[in-house]
Amino acid sequence: MFKITDQNINNLNELDTDIIKNQAVGGIVYFQGVVRNHNEGKEVSSLEYESYEAMAQKVGLSIIKEAIKKFGIEDAFSIHRTGHLDINDTAIWVITTGHHRKEAYEANQYIIDRIKSEVPMWKKEHYAHEKAQWIACHRCQEHSEHIHD
Amino acid sequence: MQINLKYFASLKDEAGVSNEKIETDAKNIEELFEQLNTKYKFSINKSYLRAAKNEEYVNFDTLLTDGDTIVFIPPVAGG
Repeated sequence: MFKITDQNINNLNELDTDIIKNQAVGGIVYFQGVVRNHNEGKEVSSLEYESYEAMAQKVGLSIIKEAIKKFGIEDAFSIHRTGHLDINDTAIWVITTGHHRKEAYEANQYIIDRIKSEVPMWKKEHYAHEKAQWIACHRCQEHSEHIHD
Repeated sequence: MQINLKYFASLKDEAGVSNEKIETDAKNIEELFEQLNTKYKFSINKSYLRAAKNEEYVNFDTLLTDGDTIVFIPPVAGG
């Protein structure tokens, strides 16, 4: 399942998923992406995420489904924030569950890499001392293409 | 034909609108982009953009159909 929300997702226990309750699962991997206070030498004060939501839902869900099939994991869940986020706020969760840890780790990395390079979402950085700007994640795209060729 | 356009991120800032309907004689997405670029003078180079037609990634030589929703996708940066 892939979700987009403008609501706070900082608390893992409040996420709308029950994939960790599967009793066949032996390994659960959680990736939590949070807003840091710096980027490329600049002091970041907050972030703003925007999405082309209808398409982002489709692309995100297809990535999740492909990961489940490719790595043979039990299930996967991801939720991404939109709107204005403060430092330390959670921007994204990726949770993968498997019979064993190896496939859960690999699938988790695969999912976050592809979300960063394919899901139509954009990030605007607000700085302490400069004008805000949209971030182009060229390096994410190069990284993902390299890994998944 | 009539095309629905949506703009996001830097393209939205530069177009000054988040969506619009236009009449165009453009045959494909490339021609449509050139028309819009003439109008809005986007600062991002076309080589960095991807295109979406009706919520799916497509190539720039994809033909347009009346009523299509087209979005030019700046480099994404989720996560």
